[in-house]
Amino acid sequence: MDLPWTLYLFYLFAAVLVVSALGVISVKNSVHAALLLVLCFFTTSALWLLLQAEFLAVALVLVYVGAVMVLFLFVVMMLDIKVEPMREGFIRYLPVGLIVAVVMLVEMLGLMGVKSMNITAPADPAGASNTAWLGKALFTQFLLPFEVAAVILTVAVIAAIMLTLRKRAGTKYQQPSWQVSVHARDRVRIVKMASSTPVEVPAGEAKP
Amino acid sequence: MITLAHYIVLSTIVFCISVAGIFINRKNMIVLLMAIELMLLSVNMNFIAFSRFLGDASGQVFVFFILTVAAAESAIGLAILVVLFRNRATINVGELDSMKG
Repeated sequence: MDLPWTLYLFYLFAAVLVVSALGVISVKNSVHAALLLVLCFFTTSALWLLLQAEFLAVALVLVYVGAVMVLFLFVVMMLDIKVEPMREGFIRYLPVGLIVAVVMLVEMLGLMGVKSMNITAPADPAGASNTAWLGKALFTQFLLPFEVAAVILTVAVIAAIMLTLRKRAGTKYQQPSWQVSVHARDRVRIVKMASSTPVEVPAGEAKP
Repeated sequence: MITLAHYIVLSTIVFCISVAGIFINRKNMIVLLMAIELMLLSVNMNFIAFSRFLGDASGQVFVFFILTVAAAESAIGLAILVVLFRNRATINVGELDSMKG
């Protein structure tokens, strides 16, 4: 943290983050917005690396850039969205949006008292490994919330699948449980017949 | 030297940008979901900055849980969006008035 160029890196990443966040909310095309949001997440991951939160930085890239944003892009490209009616209120709501955002920013910065918070980072509390530090807290102090989070993810997976699942009339599909549980007697009918022997042909009559 | 105030101010700016995004993109539901993701991101940066500067692991554990819940939220939100588009053929928030709320 004592290196002087970490500050320049911070300003560079902060500028990229702010510009791409402005792009996310203002570009016309939703695909471009999703890609700019990917840039936002990636830059934030770099900022978290400057904060020495390595595990969460890697998790942000894996979970957000790898899974959630791909889901966003998939949905944006799958749905056939007409952009023009979406943009009709853009100019009309721009002043009120800007006013609310600027007022919120000023109020928050005034409340925080930036001057009083210019403390610098203490020595690395994680010691050697940020992941071990985080894991120790996660699996001792926060074990029950961790399991609740796992249940939440399971519920989300089931809910997402059940919401988008649909049965179309008239399509043919396989039922694997029926296929496995079928017996031979359902498919093959065994018929008892009297066996027949080939007719004996006398040797003399065979050659005329 | 990067101080705590740098991170707090940056996350405040990102939060206010996403609030403005919710105001000016109030017709497009996908951009609304993206603005919510951006808001959660700025809150997470606050958590991590305080966790680092106070030397407490709880902040980073909470970021872990926020990431989990945000992933679940966006998965369910996008599933609802797909079902909505299938039934109504629009995701314009102004036309989604079937509940007469």
